[in-house]
Amino acid sequence: MKRYTPRTFALEMLMIAVAVVFAFPVYVLINLAFRAPSDTSSPITPTSSPTLDNFVGAWQEAGLGGALINSLVVTTVSVLIVLAVSALAAYPLARSTAHWSRGIFLLIMLGLILPFQLASLPLYQTIRDLGLLGSVGSLILFYSGLQVPFTTFLYAGFLRALPRDFEEAATIDGCGPFTAFRYVILPMLKPITVTALVLNAVSVWNDFFTPLLYLSGSDQQTMPVAIAGFVGQFVSDWNLIFAALLISIIPVLAVYLALQRSIINGFAGGLKG
Amino acid sequence: MTLDLQQRRSERPAAAGRPRRAGRAVPPWWFTAPALLLFAFVVLIPSARGVYYAFTDWDGLDPNFAFIGLDNFIAMADDPDALQAIWHTLLVAIAITVIQNGVGLLLALGVNTTIKSRNVLRVLLFAPAMIAQIVTAYLWRNLLGPDGAVNSLLAGIGLESWQQNWLGDPDLALWMIVLVVVWQYAGYSMVIFIAGLQSIPQEIYEAAAIDGTGPVRRFWSVTRPLLAPALTINLMLSIIGGLKLFDQVYGMTGGGPGHATDTISTLIYKDAFTLGEFGYSIALAVVLTAIVTVVSAAQYTGLSRNEKAAT
Repeated sequence: MKRYTPRTFALEMLMIAVAVVFAFPVYVLINLAFRAPSDTSSPITPTSSPTLDNFVGAWQEAGLGGALINSLVVTTVSVLIVLAVSALAAYPLARSTAHWSRGIFLLIMLGLILPFQLASLPLYQTIRDLGLLGSVGSLILFYSGLQVPFTTFLYAGFLRALPRDFEEAATIDGCGPFTAFRYVILPMLKPITVTALVLNAVSVWNDFFTPLLYLSGSDQQTMPVAIAGFVGQFVSDWNLIFAALLISIIPVLAVYLALQRSIINGFAGGLKG
Repeated sequence: MTLDLQQRRSERPAAAGRPRRAGRAVPPWWFTAPALLLFAFVVLIPSARGVYYAFTDWDGLDPNFAFIGLDNFIAMADDPDALQAIWHTLLVAIAITVIQNGVGLLLALGVNTTIKSRNVLRVLLFAPAMIAQIVTAYLWRNLLGPDGAVNSLLAGIGLESWQQNWLGDPDLALWMIVLVVVWQYAGYSMVIFIAGLQSIPQEIYEAAAIDGTGPVRRFWSVTRPLLAPALTINLMLSIIGGLKLFDQVYGMTGGGPGHATDTISTLIYKDAFTLGEFGYSIALAVVLTAIVTVVSAAQYTGLSRNEKAAT
């Protein structure tokens, strides 16, 4: 198992070849983003005289700066809200066996199955009647509710495996349930909080359907919506479009590469359950 | 002082013969209230209203709409676009599930070895799953275009005859969407499989090696059953994701050519926001919900039986 045999070497070469195939689209993306539109050589030949013009153009035309800030605000606020309310809700749901607890848990788990397409049109009407269309507030509200079932499911599963001794000790010492939650439970939830944070942040940041509905026609955009609008405007200006795509990917990949270990382990660990 | 209060609060006569345990305070139900309120406002109440609207002729604007019973569903049975979209949705979900997990498992078996590049490969292959689906869709729309990189690559290796209008051909376009989803999420499946593989104790393999079992037999009798939990998670995630597919279709083909790549989700969007048929569109969403529910239930019972059988 531990030795590096010729067979291991052959496997290594094969896997690297597979990785090259997987990376090929990204190579083309970078290659064309740095290429002047006048250069019509094949997309797979390396660009002879790279230029930054496309990035300047895309940044000015697509409103990516504002979209980036909106995406940051929406993701940060809604993920913080959803982590707080879900952790708090999971505590009694994991500890009580009463009928109300089972009932509420099943009700919330129903949300894991319901596709949001069903809720999206009636909710669109409600948001419109409240005058919230075109505001990032509506998106924060939306994700804070949408992500509750999955996050509560993660927290409840983790809490059920935690011993009760600590919170019982705290209660004997005179802590109320909320104080016990805040100072005893919450610190112990840290591993699953990392997982829930990563999973929620990725899905909120990249979500497209809802902001397409709620923000279309307004000047407020999130990153995916700004990109879609830009593509609609510059249909065949692929060098410009690719520069915009690359700008939108860079922050995500930077965070990913910086935290890759905890992100990958968070994904796997939380989902293996 | 607080201690006094606490004790007084819990001073009930203990049941005979059962010593009362101190500190067994169950957290109160109202801890669930904030989560429940948000969830009810965003998911539960709109979904319930949606089910009702599916039986009306609501156009999304007019507050006066009529209850029309099953008419939306009857119309759907006569609507070739809707039937085609339902078929596409099922086909794409199944194809994605099978291919993505097959590729993901092979990648996991290759990466979870003693090769030197295993950590780099894991990071690289998982990276596409971080990117927004709509961004991936636009990238591949270009790659698969008539003058795109895929055709250039084929020309470069002398296979001009293989060149296609990948997204313009109604028979090919749907499979291209499957390909793009697999490209993006095979590494995601791989990571979950790797976690499953690493939870298998090495001793079992050593014992199997001592017994003289070959690699194929070892995979079939040791790895496969012990991977059941990882497989369950993977199948669940990919099939439900596949059934709701929207972004890739919207970005790559817009549902075209014609309606050749429309899924239920893209048709819901078109019917509601370009045709104003909200009632009919929601009826489609109800059908999607029914499909997801049936598939989830079937998977849950089937896979938990499989896991039990495996352990």
